[in-house]
Amino acid sequence: MAQGSGHLTVGDPPKVTGHRGAAVQAKIPLSVDSGFHVNSNKPSEEYLIPLKLTWTSTGALEGGQVEYPKPTLEKYEFTEKPLSVLTGNFDLVASFKVAANASAGPGAAAGKLRYQACNNRACFAPKTVDVTVLYQIQ
Amino acid sequence: MRPLRLTAILGTALLLGWVVWRYSESQPPPSAACVRAGKERHVAPDFALKDADGKIVHLSDYRGKVVLLDFWATWCGPCKVEIPWFIDFQRAHREGFAVLGISMDDEGWEVVKPFVAKAKMNYRVLIGNDQTSQLYGGIDALPTTFLIDREGRIAAVHVGLVNRKDFENGIEQLLAPAESNPARVNLPALLIGAR
Repeated sequence: MAQGSGHLTVGDPPKVTGHRGAAVQAKIPLSVDSGFHVNSNKPSEEYLIPLKLTWTSTGALEGGQVEYPKPTLEKYEFTEKPLSVLTGNFDLVASFKVAANASAGPGAAAGKLRYQACNNRACFAPKTVDVTVLYQIQ
Repeated sequence: MRPLRLTAILGTALLLGWVVWRYSESQPPPSAACVRAGKERHVAPDFALKDADGKIVHLSDYRGKVVLLDFWATWCGPCKVEIPWFIDFQRAHREGFAVLGISMDDEGWEVVKPFVAKAKMNYRVLIGNDQTSQLYGGIDALPTTFLIDREGRIAAVHVGLVNRKDFENGIEQLLAPAESNPARVNLPALLIGAR
């Protein structure tokens, strides 16, 4: 089920399917409210809190390296220099490998997404939301 | 706690919540002309928070002074714009005025102390918590700044980055003597004057 909290919504990732030993990818759709932004994974200022997905359990999947979308540089009222941010709709892509000894059947990988949103004149407390990727080992 | 007092606190928190919510989304920033008339002000909820030296600080300790109460955080860009202004205000108004900064950083002093030192903040900083936030209507957007009059009542709320001039005007208005401050109408004096 999609989770919305603090100007960012995590959509339902499509179910991942794969055979033992196969490389699979999970797409996690995110949506930032209009007029708001979240800091990218590599913010341009040290004090800013980055967008970060951390896996807490991956079940029969191994790895889970996350590819973040290319950020944009935006200038806001409160900054002298443009900030590296993400806006609108975008996906995080996580790369897994199905464990060689995985049992056939369903499972779920769970993670935590931390982010911090602002608009042009205010910032909102950092949030951590759950991310779940369902998979089917064939 | 007496039911009447509890009702009053809850009522104030709900009212503040509505005001903060109204301005935290898409509304344009309120101007300092928004310093409310005395009769429209509500008592600022008291709190007890620790300062950097571990001393418990109550808002009520500042009764008799105009207080600029700023909810902020180290990760908040707009807050970093306003902090130098507040340093200037603290320096400029040595009598009858105080700035209080309430940091909403979850990591507490570990991140706040270095920030305070680096920014050379000359006013008192406290570490806030969810309870303090709820008292003030559930602080969601930062910065959120309250101007509190000498009687401990909320005279203005600024949510998000506003103009320096807005703060200056509000502070000057609240520091002005009663006779030159239309927002501090003294009803008994008016009645005497009407005789």
